[in-house]
Amino acid sequence: MTEETLPPVTMLSTPIRLDYDFTAGLAQSKTLSGYAQGKFIGQRCPKCKKVYVPSGGSCPTDGVAMDEIVELANCGTVTTYCVVNVPFAGQSIELPYICAQILLDGANISFMGLIQEIPTDEVRMGLRVEAVWVPEDELGPNLSSVKYFRPTGEPDADYETFKEYL
Amino acid sequence: MSAPKPVVGNRPVAICSFAQSPSLRRVDQANEVEMLMPVIAEVFAKANMTKDDMGFICSGSTDYLIGGPFSFVMALDAVGVWPPKSESHVEMDAAWALYEAWVQLQEGVIDTALIYGFGKSSLGDLSRVLAMQLDPYTMGPLWPDQVSLAALQARALLDRGLSTEQEFAEIAARSRRDALKNPNAQVRNDTPVAELLEEAYAVSPLRRHTLPPLSDAAAAVILVAGDRAYDVVDRPAWITGIDHRVETHAFGARDLAVSTSTATAAKVAGVGNGPVDLAEIQGPFAPQEVIVRQAMGLDDSVTINPSGGPLAANPMMAAGLIRMGEAASRIWDGSATRAVAHATSGPLLQQNLVCVLEGES
Repeated sequence: MTEETLPPVTMLSTPIRLDYDFTAGLAQSKTLSGYAQGKFIGQRCPKCKKVYVPSGGSCPTDGVAMDEIVELANCGTVTTYCVVNVPFAGQSIELPYICAQILLDGANISFMGLIQEIPTDEVRMGLRVEAVWVPEDELGPNLSSVKYFRPTGEPDADYETFKEYL
Repeated sequence: MSAPKPVVGNRPVAICSFAQSPSLRRVDQANEVEMLMPVIAEVFAKANMTKDDMGFICSGSTDYLIGGPFSFVMALDAVGVWPPKSESHVEMDAAWALYEAWVQLQEGVIDTALIYGFGKSSLGDLSRVLAMQLDPYTMGPLWPDQVSLAALQARALLDRGLSTEQEFAEIAARSRRDALKNPNAQVRNDTPVAELLEEAYAVSPLRRHTLPPLSDAAAAVILVAGDRAYDVVDRPAWITGIDHRVETHAFGARDLAVSTSTATAAKVAGVGNGPVDLAEIQGPFAPQEVIVRQAMGLDDSVTINPSGGPLAANPMMAAGLIRMGEAASRIWDGSATRAVAHATSGPLLQQNLVCVLEGES
C-alpha cells in the first residue's frame, strides 16, 4: 500500500501501569495499629480540642500538630445512613445493607461503617451501635478488622448530641 | 528605604521568609502532610506570622508522585483551612505557584501569600512517573527514562561544541562541594574532577555524577507586597523581574542544545539589566546548567548554585521554589545584592521560569 491508501489511525491503546509504595504516615499508623488490637485510636487537637479518627497528624481546621493520642469508645451513634439496594462490581455483602456514618463516643468526626443485626427498615438517625470485630487471630492494621456495627439496645441518642456531625 | 522599581509588574513584592525540610533519599515514616507540617510552621515562625496573616495560599505538587488523587487537598491540613482562605494549586513545581501568587499580589487587593511545594520521589519509579508528562501518542508509550532523555540533550550540547564532559564533571564537583555547607542538601562531598571522570557512563555521555539525586522534601516561601515587607525582614528580596515561557512538548522539534524559553524569560525579567552576583539554577542534570546559564547570558563571574543546587538535592515540585528561597536568603544575609533564580518544568527544559531578586544597596 502507498502512503495515500493507508487508513488513518483513529485509536491506539497505550497500556499504563505505575506501582507505588504507600506511606500511611506517623499519625495514621497509630490508627491502623489500633485496628490490629481491636481499638479505635484518634488524636486530639491542642487548640480546638476536637478528636479526629483516623487522625491525619495535623488538625485540618487549625493547622497544628495533634500530639495527644485518644482511645475512643467501641460504641457510637448513627448520625446518618443509606440503604444500599443497587448491585455493583466487586460487591461482597448481601443486598440490601446499611452504610452509616457513626459518631464514636468521644470523637468529633463521624466514621463510615456497616450496620447489621437489625432489619434495614428499623435503622434510624440516633441509633446507638457498637463495633463487632473479627476474631482476634484475624485482626490486622486495616478497616477489615471491623466486621460491622450492631445496635446496643440503649435508648436512641438525642438529636442535639449529634446535629453538628451530619 | 524603598523597593527597587520592578521591570515587570507595578507593585513591589518581596520574598520574606523561606523554609525547607532536609532532602532525603527516602522519608519513610512521615507522609506528605507530615513532611510539610514542620516546614509550614517554620516559614511562619521565621516571619513572625500565622496563617491568619495570609491573603492567599498557593501550592505546587503532583498526584503522579504519590499515586493518589487530590493529594494537594490533604496537604492543606498542614496549613489549616479555618477561617476559609483564597487558595490555589498548580500541578507543577511550586515556583509556578509563587508566580501565581505574585500575579495575585499585583492586583493590590492582598499583601501576603504563602507558597509551598512538596514531593516524594521515593514512592514510585520516578523515571516511569516522569514519562507520563510526555506526548501520550508517540513518545509516552515508549516509556523513555529521564536519564536517557537527558543524555540526548547532553549529546546535542557536546556535538555542537558548547560544552565538554570535563565541564559536566566540574559542575557536579562544585555543586556537591558547596553542598557541604548546606545542611538540607542530600549529596555532599568533595570529590576531585579527575576521579569523577573515571566513573562509568550511566547513559552515555552522562556519568552518574551528572545526575540529580532522587529526593523527598518540602519547601515554603512567604511573599509580602509593599512596605509591609520591612516588618518581616530587614533587607527584603524584591522581585524586580519574573517571567516564564514554554516550548513545544515535542522535543524532537526543538534544538535541545539551547533554551529559547529561558532566554526569552531572562530578557523579559531583566536579567541583563545589571550585574548578577549569583544564580540558583534548577538544571537539574549537569549539562542543563550549562544550557540555562548560556540562555540567561551569565558570564563566569556569576556564582552558580552556592546552595549546591539540584545536583545536591532535587525534590520534585519543590526544587524550583528552593532555588528562589536560596537566592532570597543570600539577599537577606547581604552576600548578594542582585540574584537570579531559575526553575524548570516538563521534559528537557521545556518550560522555564526566571526571577530576578534585588536587595537595596
